This record gives sequence, C-alpha cells and structure tokens, in this order.
Amino acid sequence: MFNYTIRRLLLAVPTLLLISFLIFLLLDLAPSDPTANLPLTIPPEVREKIRISLGLGEAFHIRFLLWCKQFFYNETLNILEQWWGWDFGGDRLRVLSWQTRSPVVDTIVQRIPQTLWVVGMSYVVGILIAVPIGIVSAYKQYSWFDQVGTFVSMVGYSVPTFFTGVLVIVIFSVWLGWFPSIYDTTLVVNDWSSFVQQVKQMIMPVSVLALYNAAQISRFMRASMLDNLNQDYVRTARAKGIRERSVILVHVLRNSLIPVVTVIALGVPQVFGGAIITEQVFKVNGLGQLLIIAIQAGDVPTVQTLTFIFAFLIVFFNLIADVLYGILDPRIRYD
Amino acid sequence: MPEKRPAVLDVKDIETVFNTRRGTIHAVNSVSFSLEPGELLGVVGESGSGKSVTMMSLIGLLPTPPARVTGGYVKFDNIDLLKADAQQLRAVRGAKIGFIFQDPMTSLNPVLTIGFQLMEPLRTHMGMKKAAAKKRAVELLDLVGMPDAERRLSDFPHQFSGGMRQRVVIAMALACDPKVLIADEPTTALDVTIQAQILELVKDLRRKLGMAIIWITHDLGVVAGIADRVMVMYGGQIVEQAPVRELFENPQHPYTRALIETVPDIGAERPERLRTVEGQPSILYARPSACSFRTRCAHAFERCGKENPPLLVTDKAHHVACFWDSATGEPRNV
Ligand SMILES: Nc1ncnc2c1ncn2[C@@H]1O[C@H](COP(=O)(O)OP(=O)(O)O)[C@@H](O)[C@H]1O
Ligand code: SF4
Ligand SMILES: [Mg+2]
Repeated sequence: MFNYTIRRLLLAVPTLLLISFLIFLLLDLAPSDPTANLPLTIPPEVREKIRISLGLGEAFHIRFLLWCKQFFYNETLNILEQWWGWDFGGDRLRVLSWQTRSPVVDTIVQRIPQTLWVVGMSYVVGILIAVPIGIVSAYKQYSWFDQVGTFVSMVGYSVPTFFTGVLVIVIFSVWLGWFPSIYDTTLVVNDWSSFVQQVKQMIMPVSVLALYNAAQISRFMRASMLDNLNQDYVRTARAKGIRERSVILVHVLRNSLIPVVTVIALGVPQVFGGAIITEQVFKVNGLGQLLIIAIQAGDVPTVQTLTFIFAFLIVFFNLIADVLYGILDPRIRYD
Repeated sequence: MPEKRPAVLDVKDIETVFNTRRGTIHAVNSVSFSLEPGELLGVVGESGSGKSVTMMSLIGLLPTPPARVTGGYVKFDNIDLLKADAQQLRAVRGAKIGFIFQDPMTSLNPVLTIGFQLMEPLRTHMGMKKAAAKKRAVELLDLVGMPDAERRLSDFPHQFSGGMRQRVVIAMALACDPKVLIADEPTTALDVTIQAQILELVKDLRRKLGMAIIWITHDLGVVAGIADRVMVMYGGQIVEQAPVRELFENPQHPYTRALIETVPDIGAERPERLRTVEGQPSILYARPSACSFRTRCAHAFERCGKENPPLLVTDKAHHVACFWDSATGEPRNV
C-alpha cells in the first residue's frame, strides 16, 4: 500500500509541472492585453511603459521560471502566512491582480470560505442523501420508492442548476419571502440571530446544488449496488445464514462503495470550480465567480493562479481517489 | 447400512417457476426425493435440467422475484422449510445445511479476508466470540488441507488458487457441522488434477464427519466414483433414480442410457466415447403435458406426446419415468 501510494505521488509531480507550463503557455499566447481595459485616453508610450512594468518584456523562458518560483515558493509562503498568521520575514514579491492591484492570493484566501461553505456543504449534503437512497433503490428495485427516486434524480440531473436556482429564488424569496435572494458575503456569524441569517441564506443555493449532486451520486450508487447484488458471493453469504442486514451492509455495500467513493473523490475539485453558475445566480462571490470576472477583464495573473489551483486540486483528488481505491480494494493494494 | 433410518431431508412434489417477461418458466416440476443420514446422493443432468434450482428452492436461496416455489414441502428437522419464516430459514442455512457453489473464483467476497468470511457463520450460529471463532477457523482450514492455516486467515481470496479457494468454501460450508452438505458442481470450474484432489477431500471429510451429501454434477463419471445413489434430472423432473451400481449396470431411461454412453471410458472405441446426447433441452413455458425428452428420444412413440410419464418403481429401489420398457424394448403396460 505504501509503495503504491508513493508511486502515485511521484507521478503527480511531473503532471503538475507540465500543467503549470501549459497554463502559462496558453495564457501567455492568448491575445488578451492587460492594458486593454485602461482608459483609451492613455497615450501609447505610457501604455508601453505599463506593459514593461508588468514584466511583459522579458524572454519567455525567464518569465516562466520566474513565474514558477513566484508561484511555488513565494506564494506558498504567502498563503501560509495568511492562514496561520506566521511570519517568515523577508520581502517577497506578490502576484498582483491587473484589475485590482491587490495580491491575488489574498483575494483567493478571502473567497475560499464562501465557496467551501456553500458548495462544499451542498456536496456533503448531496452525498449523505444519495448513498442511502441508492442503496434502498437498488435493494428494492422497481418498488415505488425506486420509481420515485428514479424520477426525481432524472429531473435533478437533467434540469440545469441555473434553472432550478432561478426557480427557487422566484418561489421562496420573491413569492414567499422566506429566504434572501442574494447571498450576503459580508455577514459575520457571531451570535444566534446572525447564525440563523447565515443558515437562511445558505438554504437555497445549498439545496439546488445538493439536488444536482445527489441525483448523480444516487444513480451511481444504485447501479453499483445492482451490479453487486447479483454476484455469486452474495448468494454464498446468504447460504451461510447471516442476517440480511449484514449481507447488504457488509458484503454488498463494501464492494459497491469502491467505484462510488472514487467518483465522489474525483468530483471534489468541481466543488471549487464547477459551481460557477450557481454562484452567479445566487451572487455567492466564491472562486468560480472570481474566475469568470478575471477572464472577462483579461486579468492574466488571477486567471493563471485560479486555473493552476483548480488543476492542482484535480491532480490531488485523483491521487486521493487512487489511494482510496487501494484501501477499499485489496486486489489493487497487493499488486 | 441398516434398513430404513428416518430421512434427514424429505422433499415432496416441489414446483418452482420463474416469472419472466417472456412467460412463466417451469424450472422444477414435481420433484420428490429423500436423503438418508450419511448418504451421498448424486444428482446428474445436463446444464439447464433444473439441478441447481431444485436445491436452491429447498432453503429459499432463489431470488424472489423472479423465482417462486409454488408447491410441495421440504421436511427437515421436523419443520417444512417452504413454510418457514426468514429467521427459521437463516437458522438452517449454513448451520444445518451447508452449501458449496460451482465457481470458487466468484463465490467468495473479494474485499473481505477469508478469516472474516470463515468466522461469519461461527459467530452467527454458534455465538462464538472472536478468539474462539478464530481458533475454530484455523481448525477448519487445517481440516480441508490448507497449509499454513493460521497465517492465511488474513489473506484475501485473490491471493489463493482456484483449488485453495474451493477448499475455503468447503471449510465455510462445514463450519457449523451441518447434517447435510449440498455441493453444486463444486469441481466443474477446476482443472482435472485439482478436481480429483477436491473429490478425495470430500470423500475423506465424509468419512470423518459423516454428514449426508447431495452432489450435483453434469458428469456421470464423477458420480460413479463417490455416490451411493444417483438421481437423473431432465426438464426439471427426476427421470430416473437408483443405487449407483444398479444405475450403471441397468440404466432404464433412454436419457440415462445416452448419458452413460457419453461417459469417457478408457478402452472404449473412439466414436463411442465422443458421442454426446444430441439436441438441446427446451425451456419449459408450461407444465409438461408430455415427455420432455421426446424430441431427442430414439424410442419415442405416440403416447409420449400425450402424457407426461410418472415416476414408476420398476425394481425395489429403482425408479424410472418412461413409457418404454428397456427390458423388453416395447411400450410398458401401465
Ligand atoms: N434467473 C432465472 N430466470 C429465469 N429462468 C431461470 C433462472 N434460473 C434458472 N432458470 C431456468 O431454470 C432452468 C434450470 O436451471 P438450473 O437449475 O440452473 O440448471 P442446472 O441443472 O444446470 O443447474 C433453466 O433452464 C432456466 O430455464
Ligand atoms: S417416455 Fe417416451 S419419449 Fe420419453 S423417454 Fe420414454 S420413450 Fe422416450
Ligand atoms: Mg447449475
């Protein structure tokens, strides 16, 4: 198991380097001009000076190496300082946003809690609903429970979240007035009433996203259970006279969870990036929204940083999925 | 063997159907038999003749739906297993009736250690705590000839060869000292030398433990070497039943005769031993109202298409379901 993990880990490093190169290359070659958004009244010479001050005059490989150093070394220390309040001392460069002139990392660190709270919560809620539904649907295949479950997940999966999002806003905030339609990111939870307010503003975005996640995962869980329920080892378990609960929850579930856990792990990066649309609809200014605005403004440093973070998360959770696979499936582990 | 000891298992007129989209399949049609203590009953028939479905019907192992046992009784331990509730059935399964399945590659759970799987019936039926169950599990693995038993408890099924896995499955079936062991083609998926080893093992275990065994196979050759009595199935019915010697010396049903001709017999002429029973068994979408074998039978005549032959007692322990009398070569007068 240890060797297996190490092997996967070693594979992840060159992958990340390659990805960072590609991201740098793509955005560097993109025709987007950082000075394009500046007022047209600025004369061309000044414009050129601004470009040089942004470091755009250096040779390509120098820019890449500097960017790597900045990214992997300086900014990592910056993040650690931000998060834990440590002080490494020294004057490090910061990657500045071309839009706001403030450090990109600081903005991202500010935005992460919003994303994690709303999108992360919806993922967890989605999983908690989906797994039991998937198990029962498969065990009672074609029962009314299964039929209703199938219908609801078809709807949840095929109706886009920007539609369900707007729909719940219209029903619950416009007509019924139960929840606020805009997510207030400045709200600080420090007492009971602000906590209630936070819960209220989270309910709609979380349920819309959770429905979508649950629809996908429950289908997957159901299919995986059905695959396993017909296996010979299930008949063997029943022939041993053990209780049906144990047959399902020990024998069948253990096996069915293997692909489902993998899919869940692989889906985590989407928690950070994939909720772009929902964040727009509910005005949750998380990472997704930050990325969209940065792209629109041609803010290359912010786009590079965010894209790399998403790429890193994808590689990282691929690694996690592989390791979990190894833990759950002895046939992999003992290779 | 003393005459007429009470049977451990008494099966009478069981009927099993599968409700499928294409219609109702009558997989088991009025099967009756009984099993004496310590007896080894061989059940023979080609694939699809209803051997597995019959045996799984006895202790409710068929998936319902689509399967349903619609009639008959199964007397075991003074209860009718077909009327028993789920809890009573569980108390019989794995404790008093052990099962061995065909394919050892798929019949063990791939993600649980064999120790865990072996200890499960011990903890469920005998209320053993972990330490006691572990001790017994090692004994069982020793019993079925697993080298280095104690260390191997924590191994997973994929770390064993097919033959060793089948030994684990046998150990599991024997865990609680069952009165009856039902082995459903336990050697079919194994290669020939391993097959022989498993056969030897079962013979040996039977001598040591004395349980009754139902041994299902499609290979009459296997049955010849180990069975006391043989039951031949075709189309979900028993077509012939006799003590093993009697059956091989005096086969009476045309199907049994054809099967015996197909048993590879060293020294026989090649064309003979390579002949198989021609034709395909058909799927029964209705209760048989005629002899199911008639489309493949060399002796079929008019009556065979009009009535389903009942199981007749032709000689003390010899039963056959056929309108044709093998002794005279003429239709029977019954
Ligand atoms: N799951 C099933 N669905 C429908 N029909 C089945 C099913 N299982 C078995 N049968 C029917 O029962 C018959 C007997 O099957 P089986 O007992 O498995 O034969 P075998 O003698 O090879 O063990 C088959 O020919 C088939 O028609
Ligand atoms: S009853 Fe008729 S068809 Fe059936 S086996 Fe006997 S002779 Fe053949
Ligand atoms: Mg079978």
